[in-house]
Amino acid sequence: MSAVIVRRLLAFLATLLATSIVVFVVLEVLPGDPAQVMLGVDAEPDAVARLREKLGLERPTTVRYFDWLLGFATGNLGESYTYSVPVLELIVERLAVTVPLALIAMLLTTIIALAAGVFAAAHHNRPGDWGVMLFAQLGIAMPNFWFGILLVLLFAVTLGWFNAGGFPGWEDDALASFQALLLPAVSLAIVQSAILARVTRSSVLDVLREDYVRTARAKGLSKRAALWRHGLRNALIPVVTVMGLQFAFLLSGTIIIENVFYLPGLGRLIFQSISQRDLVVVKDVVMLMVAKVVIINFVIDLLYVVIDPRLRTAR
Amino acid sequence: MSTAVVSIGRFFRYGNFAIGIALTGLVGLTALVSFFWTPHSAILIDVAAKFRPMSAQHWFGTDHFGRDVFSMIMVGARNSIAVGVVAVSASVTFGTALGLLASARRGWIEELLMRMSDLAFAFPAVLTAIMITALWGPGAINAILAIAIFNVPVFARVTRGAANAIWAREYILAARAAGKGGLRITVEHVLPNILNVLIVQATIQFALAILAEAGLSYLGLGAQPPYPSWGRMLRDAQSYLFEVPEQAIYPGVAIAIAVLGLNLLGDGLRDAFDPRLVRKR
Amino acid sequence: MTLLAVEGLNVTLATDAGPVAVVHDVGFTLDRRETLGIVGESGCGKTMTALALMGLLPEAARTAGRILFDGEDLLAADEARLCSLRGDRLAMIFQEPTTALNPVHTVGHQVAEVLMLHRDMAETAALAEARRLLDMVGLPRAAERLAAYPHQLSGGQRQRVMIAMALACKPDILVADEPTTALDVTVQAQILDLIGELVRELGMALVLITHDLGVVGQVTDRVAVMYAGRVVESGPTEAIFAKRAHPYTQGLFKARPSHAGQGRAAGTAARLATIPGLVPDPRSPPPGCAFAPRCPHAIEICRRPPPLVAIGESHDALCHRVGEWT
Repeated sequence: MSAVIVRRLLAFLATLLATSIVVFVVLEVLPGDPAQVMLGVDAEPDAVARLREKLGLERPTTVRYFDWLLGFATGNLGESYTYSVPVLELIVERLAVTVPLALIAMLLTTIIALAAGVFAAAHHNRPGDWGVMLFAQLGIAMPNFWFGILLVLLFAVTLGWFNAGGFPGWEDDALASFQALLLPAVSLAIVQSAILARVTRSSVLDVLREDYVRTARAKGLSKRAALWRHGLRNALIPVVTVMGLQFAFLLSGTIIIENVFYLPGLGRLIFQSISQRDLVVVKDVVMLMVAKVVIINFVIDLLYVVIDPRLRTAR
Repeated sequence: MSTAVVSIGRFFRYGNFAIGIALTGLVGLTALVSFFWTPHSAILIDVAAKFRPMSAQHWFGTDHFGRDVFSMIMVGARNSIAVGVVAVSASVTFGTALGLLASARRGWIEELLMRMSDLAFAFPAVLTAIMITALWGPGAINAILAIAIFNVPVFARVTRGAANAIWAREYILAARAAGKGGLRITVEHVLPNILNVLIVQATIQFALAILAEAGLSYLGLGAQPPYPSWGRMLRDAQSYLFEVPEQAIYPGVAIAIAVLGLNLLGDGLRDAFDPRLVRKR
Repeated sequence: MTLLAVEGLNVTLATDAGPVAVVHDVGFTLDRRETLGIVGESGCGKTMTALALMGLLPEAARTAGRILFDGEDLLAADEARLCSLRGDRLAMIFQEPTTALNPVHTVGHQVAEVLMLHRDMAETAALAEARRLLDMVGLPRAAERLAAYPHQLSGGQRQRVMIAMALACKPDILVADEPTTALDVTVQAQILDLIGELVRELGMALVLITHDLGVVGQVTDRVAVMYAGRVVESGPTEAIFAKRAHPYTQGLFKARPSHAGQGRAAGTAARLATIPGLVPDPRSPPPGCAFAPRCPHAIEICRRPPPLVAIGESHDALCHRVGEWT
């Protein structure tokens, strides 16, 4: 079992390394002269030269790459060109918004999707099933940011229960901060869980036809007990696969949703950085976001091993 | 003859499929009509006429620049469809070619292509778009590029999976025994047999592309003003949410109709192509 | 004393194309310690009959008739009552041990679960009993296999686990649905001997469902031959082996590659090669005798429903022409 985990860990690290090369090549090698890109084509040659000097662009590419990579370990990610503060400082502040938002959204997605999917499967071909499937079909068709706007319209503009956006900060008001993340998390979760609910439903239906569920019933378990004790864990295997993909979408969804709700997270930061062409920040933040996707996939990989004993023996 | 009747019956036994065709047709028709006729200009600014409510003259009212929202929605359909068609066609072409190559050659080429597609899945379309925009600035072309890049591995994987199944068939063995080469077998036997799968997947990716385009143009990374796009209309509407809340409804409904239509169409095609799945329900 | 009496059992499946009758007027009795073989081709309704005994028919199925178990009608019993009987007094072994065992639970847990459910055992006690049961069914190194998952066992070992699971609560009736069909030829005999031995030892009644007459000859006291949802011939195994009254039974015997003893090892591919034609489509059964279209002795009268004819003591056949040929 540990051999399997070590192998997956190595694959994870390799993927992380490969993605870092892609990010570095696209944002630092492809543009030719990043300093020129940052300052624009009309920039004074002097200013460009000074920025090149400051960014250390004269050093060989490989040295710059390993330096950058090392920066993630030491926390020395360079200095933002526009904000004139260490990038690390900017990022840590923003992570305190983005990570909780993503975690709450993923948790909600999982709960809603599993509950709705199992419910629909248990009511197969009856009104409960049709209702869930109708909402799922609509949910899949809805852009999450539009759903966010509609939530603002309902809960902030019409009912006045929530603020339309913004984030007070954890130190100032933890409860209000949590509240500020609630609507954004719900907008992400409702839409993402629609697809997952459909997958859960069909997976549970497939599993209910399996021989081992019949065996469980032959043992004297009720339909419900057979589903929960023998069906669900097997049904989760395909669900978890889709979950990995969905969570990757969800993470990129946070970029948009943070803009809908004016949350000072990584999504907002990267967005501001693009408009200011702050390639230093863009590169670091893109890498962080890619890393999040890769980490989620790694966690999903490990989850497989937990759920399915057949994967525990290395082949 | 009778099999044709049966499959048509299968097509329309599912009401969802009919709804899918109707909605997709509605969106396509709207885009087509917008080339010849819109109630008003979708671009001309008339600030004096801003925030008009719904009326016989302006069916969906006017926006903060006094533009007719209904006309903008019509022209926006063009944008969504164009981005979807171009991005999906490009990714179908490249992805399918790569998938067929991987399937025909197997070995290290297949392994390499699959590892590369694993890698590409770590870059959601929004991130790719952000990187492209950071280099070359925002624009519709960049949005298309980002969406296409994200979709290439999707098609490569689907193609490879389906093609590998075909390569294992007996008639391929027969073709090989007859001395046909890999390219010829791919074109004559493999590609025609996986078209069903590709059409279904393309329909679904088309829907996802429209969603992605809406997200990118909402962020300002898609089509640039004055050319209207549904995503950016939502962004503008959000700024005036307290003044004209209804403006945040129309573009969203338009996106949802387009995506819902394509999804239902894709589901219906899948059911029609794969009788095994239909029976399973 | 009669333990099980099936009377006029009918099973109908609701399909898109309307209701389809898969079991017609099936009746038989089973005493304590008695073994009954139900023989027939796939699709003849034997598995549906077995599932009806267990109350595990698919949801689309409708039933008529009575299944009296110890005097209690199982078809009229509610789900809670059936749950308390299943696994405790009625147990079943399925054809495919590979798919019938849950891949994500340990073997020990799956056997222990029955005991925890019906005997109120705590987990440790149930696992200890599971170890004893796995020993009893001849699973090598049973103690360490408790923590094994099904994919770590061979097909024969998995079927042994299924048997241990079915016998855990010493049921009154064991229903075995083609228990050896999915296994390697070399293992089939071992598993069959094991079932026969344990049934005798524990004093259970057995309903053995199979397509293989060799299996029946070896294990069962009585045989019911099914064709197209009906019992076409039934009687003591010896009587039927001595005198096959129904043309279909005749065909089954001829189709066996060799006679008793080796028959069970035969592959399924060759079976029934000597009976021309196909099993009738249950959606449009032929009028009268369902076997008539394939029967070498069919005449005009066979278009009408055949009578049940007594051949010998408790040996009957459903045929117009019993005794008119041979």
